Amino acid sequence: MVTAPTPLDNHTPPLPVKEIVYGWGRHPRLAAEVHLPRDLEALRAAVQGHGGATIPRGAGRSYGDAAVAERVICGKSLTHLLAFDSDTGRLHAQGGVTLDEVIRFALPRGWFLPVTPGTKFPTLAGCLAADVHGKNHHRVGSLSAFVEHLELVLADGDLVVCSRKQHPELFWATLGGMGLTGVIYAVRLQLQPVRSAFLHNVSIRTSDLSESCRVLCDTQHEYPYSVAWIDTLRRRGRGRGQVMLGTHAEDDRLQPLHRPPRLTAPTLPLNVVLRPGLSLFNMINYRRQLRRRTTTTVHYDPYFYPLDAIDNWNRLYGPRGFLQFQFAVPFAGGEALMAAVLDRTDAAAPCALAVLKTFGDHPTGPLGFPLPGFTLALDFPRTTAIEAAVRDATDDVIAAGGRVYLAKDSVITRDQFDAMYPRLDEFRRLRQQVDPQSRFRSLQSDRLGLS
Amino acid sequence: MTSDGPTPRRAVILGARSAIAQAVALRLAQQGWDLVLAARNNATLEPVAADLGLRTEQGVQLLEFDALDLDAHAELADRIRACAGEFHLAVCVFGHMGEAEAERLDTNQMVRTLTTNFTAAAVCLAHLANDFEARGEGGIIGIGSVAGDRGRQSNYPYGAAKAGLATFLQGLRNRLAPAGIHVLTVKPGFVDTPMTRGKQGMFLVAPPERVARDIVTAWEKSRDVLYTPWFWRWLLLVIRLVPERLFKRLKL
Repeated sequence: MVTAPTPLDNHTPPLPVKEIVYGWGRHPRLAAEVHLPRDLEALRAAVQGHGGATIPRGAGRSYGDAAVAERVICGKSLTHLLAFDSDTGRLHAQGGVTLDEVIRFALPRGWFLPVTPGTKFPTLAGCLAADVHGKNHHRVGSLSAFVEHLELVLADGDLVVCSRKQHPELFWATLGGMGLTGVIYAVRLQLQPVRSAFLHNVSIRTSDLSESCRVLCDTQHEYPYSVAWIDTLRRRGRGRGQVMLGTHAEDDRLQPLHRPPRLTAPTLPLNVVLRPGLSLFNMINYRRQLRRRTTTTVHYDPYFYPLDAIDNWNRLYGPRGFLQFQFAVPFAGGEALMAAVLDRTDAAAPCALAVLKTFGDHPTGPLGFPLPGFTLALDFPRTTAIEAAVRDATDDVIAAGGRVYLAKDSVITRDQFDAMYPRLDEFRRLRQQVDPQSRFRSLQSDRLGLS
Repeated sequence: MTSDGPTPRRAVILGARSAIAQAVALRLAQQGWDLVLAARNNATLEPVAADLGLRTEQGVQLLEFDALDLDAHAELADRIRACAGEFHLAVCVFGHMGEAEAERLDTNQMVRTLTTNFTAAAVCLAHLANDFEARGEGGIIGIGSVAGDRGRQSNYPYGAAKAGLATFLQGLRNRLAPAGIHVLTVKPGFVDTPMTRGKQGMFLVAPPERVARDIVTAWEKSRDVLYTPWFWRWLLLVIRLVPERLFKRLKL
């Protein structure tokens, strides 16, 4: 018999590390204890561990303070694909798998994400916790619509499988629940069949907000993907831009691009996203399209993820970071509300990027964001003035029957939140059941009185 | 039996829980290798095996394996064969990095560092080498460390064990060369893995995928000693050249 030391317990998770965590908007920041579990046992141990407010975090791609807390359970190491049926397109994967990895795996096999947001870097679990939508919401709803089941680690460390039939309240509350019901360990997702990595894109030039809205509404039943880029910096013709309408090509070219971002934004001592540069960019972007209507064939990467071409583009906003304001508002009165919001915010800060699209009528969880109508997303360099303007604009949104997207938010107040999400009590009741001690909390949930 | 494609080659990854091991496993599978993932509590590696199998469509098996159970290593080759079939490459990745402070005070901690990184690896590879030699085919990849190239106050038990392993692998290479069995010694620099996460004094940290790519390329080119990333070879050359009289006063 050979003398050997007593074995180490494999499940002793590596020591948590103190890191400064923040969202994609780079504000607010907090020194957090970051846990990086590599398997289910380590994840359960991390959830049950002692400490303060704990929040699950994926790739850190939510914009505000939703994934910021004293204790962060990061899903970055839970990146395994568990099963895939190439006949039915059902993918079973751990929550930390990114959309990019799903595409690179599934596309050569003839499958694609059924819904994708404007970046491929978030994790599946993060996308579902934020109930993300894509350019095809008017047709199919958000990514949540394609989830068959979730495997959720609750506050007490139990693993629960939930679906539309099994624990449906928990299932719906988790989709859009901002990580406050538990940690999404794994998910089974229905992918969509495609025959090409390319999309046909029809771009229609519009001359003002009113025309942008009209073209979006008129075309939405013809095309699976639709979105508008608009220029909000001009006083005359504010809201002019391009409505982009897409369909998957069918040319059997299925190879994903393996091209890493060619450009990386450096950390800057000040904000370089300023009005003169933006006005020039907007003018060039608008005038680039010579005819009113053009048709092109574009690879999915530049089509869905143009901003991913520049790594860490959020650093361009300097040390104060940026703020994205995204709201949804019903069609009736929506255009007038958006015009008012644009006037209000433009007086406070220049909008660097404005994206307009329509939402369809699809079932959501109690904290689901989409409602039938328009949705407008606006990026601003962060200043005190724009924070105040966004809060004021939120009041306008509430008055018009709309709501603000939690995945982007870092400024709205508890009263505003209460006024926007009518099914809040439903969510609070469920949370009382599954997390009575409020183990899961974030800076956002504390600010909004959700925890 | 007839088969159209090339005969499947199979690699055994010893210590498959580590981040470097999993990155090497993926790289090997992408190059057409079937895999046996050997680790303690192997059920927790089922997601890893499923992932490798899905992405690469290679065969992936799990094997219960405790590096510290030294008495069991004599049967390791037979256990691998029973589990998955014949194998042609052994990649020994397991290791343990303790806390310098704790090692100084606690015998058990010191023994764990020395045994895991040297004794267990050496015993294990000695038995597998016998098996390969008897068959006249096979290959070995062992993971040393740049920490083994010069003893430093911050982690010399780990460094000493890895230095011992490097010397062991050197001898093994010499012994097995006539049999046509290749031995690759890998000396990684700092790698971004759970083992090193949060450790002080890390610099030039490389992602495990980069290290894995270098390892598999070096294996395919039949290299003997690999520093990864490449600059560590030159950095260590400089560090080794510092006279001991001066080096002993440095805080590295």
